[in-house]
Amino acid sequence: MHSGTRPKTGNLRRRSLLKNLLAIPAALALAHAPSTLADAANTTGLAVTADTVKVGILHSVTGTMAISETGSVQAEKLAIEQINAMGGVLGRKIEFIQEDGASDWPTFAEKSKKLLVNDKVAAVFGCWTSASRKAALPVFEQYNGMLYYPTFYEGLEQSPNVIYTGQEATQQILEGLDWADKTKGAKKYFLLGSDYIWPRTSNKIARKHIENVLGDKVVGEEYYPLGHTQFNSVINKIKLKKPDVVFISVVGGSNVAFYKQLKAAGIDMSKEKPLFLTISVTEDEILGIGGENIEGIYASMKYFQSLPNDNNKAFVEAFKKKWGKDIVIGDVTQAAYLGPWLWKAAVEKAGSFDIDKVREASPGIELTTAPEGYVKVHPNHHLWSKTRIGQAQKDGQYKVVYESKELIEPNPFPEGYQ
Amino acid sequence: MFADYSMAELTSIFAMQGFAGLILFSVFVLMALGLAIIFGQMGVINMAHGEFMILGAYVTYLTSNVFSAYLPESIYGSYFFIAMILAFFITGALGALVEWSIIRHLYKRPLDTLLATWGLSLIMQQIYRSVFGAREVGVTLPDWLMGSYAITDMIEVPINGIFVMVLTIVITIAVALMMQRSRLGKQTRAVVQNRPMAAAVGINTEKVDRLTFALGCGIAGIAGSAFTMIGSTGPTAGQLYIVDTFLVVVFGGASSLIGTVASAFTISQAQSTMEFFLSGSMAKVLTLLTVVIILMLRPEGLFSLKMRR
Repeated sequence: MHSGTRPKTGNLRRRSLLKNLLAIPAALALAHAPSTLADAANTTGLAVTADTVKVGILHSVTGTMAISETGSVQAEKLAIEQINAMGGVLGRKIEFIQEDGASDWPTFAEKSKKLLVNDKVAAVFGCWTSASRKAALPVFEQYNGMLYYPTFYEGLEQSPNVIYTGQEATQQILEGLDWADKTKGAKKYFLLGSDYIWPRTSNKIARKHIENVLGDKVVGEEYYPLGHTQFNSVINKIKLKKPDVVFISVVGGSNVAFYKQLKAAGIDMSKEKPLFLTISVTEDEILGIGGENIEGIYASMKYFQSLPNDNNKAFVEAFKKKWGKDIVIGDVTQAAYLGPWLWKAAVEKAGSFDIDKVREASPGIELTTAPEGYVKVHPNHHLWSKTRIGQAQKDGQYKVVYESKELIEPNPFPEGYQ
Repeated sequence: MFADYSMAELTSIFAMQGFAGLILFSVFVLMALGLAIIFGQMGVINMAHGEFMILGAYVTYLTSNVFSAYLPESIYGSYFFIAMILAFFITGALGALVEWSIIRHLYKRPLDTLLATWGLSLIMQQIYRSVFGAREVGVTLPDWLMGSYAITDMIEVPINGIFVMVLTIVITIAVALMMQRSRLGKQTRAVVQNRPMAAAVGINTEKVDRLTFALGCGIAGIAGSAFTMIGSTGPTAGQLYIVDTFLVVVFGGASSLIGTVASAFTISQAQSTMEFFLSGSMAKVLTLLTVVIILMLRPEGLFSLKMRR
């Protein structure tokens, strides 16, 4: 339709001189409209001009999830700003359109549609909870958009329209359990989580691994409703069952209640009796919990703000410079920061903004400048990444005590774990 | 379900669970008291109750920051009491303002108070988000509030649990005395029972309404302040409490303080016992189911005011 070819000269000849004169500025104006600039880099009518490209940022900045998603928004904006400072993508400056998912899953779907259909963005960086991703996914598949999703999640998904920049469950969990078994000699495990898909799937994987691979025992598995604030009963249960490891995937405000009550119940978490291993508490959450209430627990993730490599030091410095010196950076924030960079690399490899070409170019993309060190996109759209174990310190930071030797292959559909 | 445990363990289970239940009971009473006054006495469905609580929590957070920044370390331990008093007056003042600006226009349309206060709760959440940021804030507690008191090897009692319990008892007695004995309490009850007659004998009903609403909000503020010890402080944290709060008040019979206490006791003990032997989610389901059934049989709640209609 919008092929952008010039009007045929035959038509022109029939027009009056005046009309011709009027047509010149009009034609000039048209040349700057996105639809007419159909060069090789954009054959599908995305919002790409000669010097700009539009992308979308779609997170909750209001509602319950704003607590968690704020960091992702900040990271994505920082990445975009840095990319622009380096000259943009294929010579175009990135302009972002930010939409608010408002912690409401249907809103995520609606706003995705708006970004893809009305704004014709070349990529969307967004979603946080699995529920919001599942709501937006059909829209991305129908209108062929590209979503960069930052959160560690339960796996069991692989969409051609999503790049998952966080870890899927096996990457995060198995290494942590192996570490607890080998380094700490753990034999008895207690699984505790909030009651929704991510903790339940994670614990399913954890249980299979503990029982079938490690040959250890699960002595309890408990779920509490989201937002639960009274954990005295489960703390008593933990005291009675005397597990070696409590494996925790409690999320949101419940975290604050759980760790404060643990401490109040006289459990010194740094004594490691039992050892507390979480997959859900990043530096962001510790801010609300308070370092003194969680000191001594371990977390299994791919990124901690305290990682000593040079990429990370530069990233932390830039992040603090832009968003304030007291800010903390958690695992998901770093994963969100990777999104725009991975997209840039894919676009440049493809030489085009076209979604299909970007998708084709994505597998094999490497990022040597990632704050977590080095990542690579797997053909299944997840990232190869290392897993680290950190121990929470009083100042709210994690001290890295272990790091997997190799990059861990993402395996969203783990056999024998379902 | 008892087979996994030895006799000695069972004894301590029941002791510890009983105590966990008592703490939960205190928490329920504390969060429901303010609402029992506002909903029970005035008939206002205050959906913003949770947000008033969180205002108390934020006041505590600010007080703690001021103490650690400007005042000597030796008196830091006592900031919590100052914070609670401040929380009471600040949330109370806001309550009076809300009553004057919104609620008093809606006394004849009680269901509309639901919508108005729900809107108010959204506004308050967004204000917290704009002022304090979307992230949760960490409230540093004085050292003496942390830790636990070990009775035996198995039985340990958290100190902040005891603190909440004592606080609840003190406030409940104060409220009960106030409602029964004080001039304001008597006037409140008179206004509740018969507004035109109360006005006719010279009670300034508008003033009574305002004070009652402010008192309810103020108690919510104290509750929020106390809950910084056990829960999170964030813009939407108030939402975590609102359902349980209404549950306790409605189940107890809206207009009776004793009912509120009795219902908090029943729900908390049932829930904490079931939580131990079943999973957390299942316990919640069963609790809610029981409450629904009892309310079907006794729509007016456990205790109700007997009066001629």
